[in-house]
Amino acid sequence: MYDAMLAETIKMIGHNDDEIEAYTARPLGPGPYGGVVVIHHMPGFDQATKEIVRRFAVHGYLTICPNLHYRAAPGASPDDASAATRDAGGVPDDRLVGDVAGAARWLRSQTSSNGKVGTIGYCSGGRQSFLAACSLPLDAAVDCYGGFVVREMPKDIPYPPVRPLLDLAPQLSCPLLGLFGAEDKYPSPEETAELENALSKAGKAYEFHTYPGAGHAFFSVDRPAYRPEAAKDGWQRIFDWFGRYLGG
Amino acid sequence: MCTYMTYRAEMAGSAKGPRGWFPVTQANVYVDHPFDAPYEHTLNIDFADPARGPAARVAVELTEESALALIEAIKAALAEAPPGLASAAAQAASAASA
Repeated sequence: MYDAMLAETIKMIGHNDDEIEAYTARPLGPGPYGGVVVIHHMPGFDQATKEIVRRFAVHGYLTICPNLHYRAAPGASPDDASAATRDAGGVPDDRLVGDVAGAARWLRSQTSSNGKVGTIGYCSGGRQSFLAACSLPLDAAVDCYGGFVVREMPKDIPYPPVRPLLDLAPQLSCPLLGLFGAEDKYPSPEETAELENALSKAGKAYEFHTYPGAGHAFFSVDRPAYRPEAAKDGWQRIFDWFGRYLGG
Repeated sequence: MCTYMTYRAEMAGSAKGPRGWFPVTQANVYVDHPFDAPYEHTLNIDFADPARGPAARVAVELTEESALALIEAIKAALAEAPPGLASAAAQAASAASA
């Protein structure tokens, strides 16, 4: 089986026609391949996220991860860029949607694309994956423990850059897979049940799994929250989901 | 979770980063995932001068216990010194009257 792939940092056109950095990995066969936009977490465009990008390419997806922190600190290390973005007030929701739209355009423009694109995000990226799927025409989405989709943030904090997204549920454009930890507090099982209820009422296709014994960030192999059983099952479900909705 | 919540304090002083000493103009304080510390969440402080670029930053990622111990140590050190000894305002006033 031919399994060559190419992984590299590129420039892509994001929100507001800004040129931003992105990391991409894609199989080098003729395709046609589905596309995946990986949305990184708050710590940034880091090695762990890039490994996830390569993992999707190994499984036969054209994959791209826009650097959501690029504008605040072009060329900076991921941790410095993340800190600079935090200092600038975070990633605005409209900019996120524009950057994911640009990443989806890039994927669909590849000659080996089958035209289908899904999103996946972890932590803050989980919320953003849901946001993108409610704002753009997509074919599949995965939300891995995205917080503040349901819950309001406290009003008295200095930088309140995110709002709850529950009201967007009727606009969800594609099937949504949700993977959560039963021990997580952000989002808590009560919050994910509320999201599930909103999706059900809106007649949307979704599948949620909440893993006992797992908390937030259970996919993170380089963090103490890593839970191999939940992560292994979760990866299987992710590839089943994308296989079903992004396959040729 | 990613808390998003950041508290900022204006600073006057210096910090030593990867390119040497630089003036610290602000500290951003937040509880969130660390980049390096082997914990799920930590109290993080970025001592920075944004005008000098993103690398003008000294970052610490501390457990809650460490952060509280640091607060107590700072308070103890200041209490031990004569009042106003490290105060910018007091030193400016002293220079003006000299």
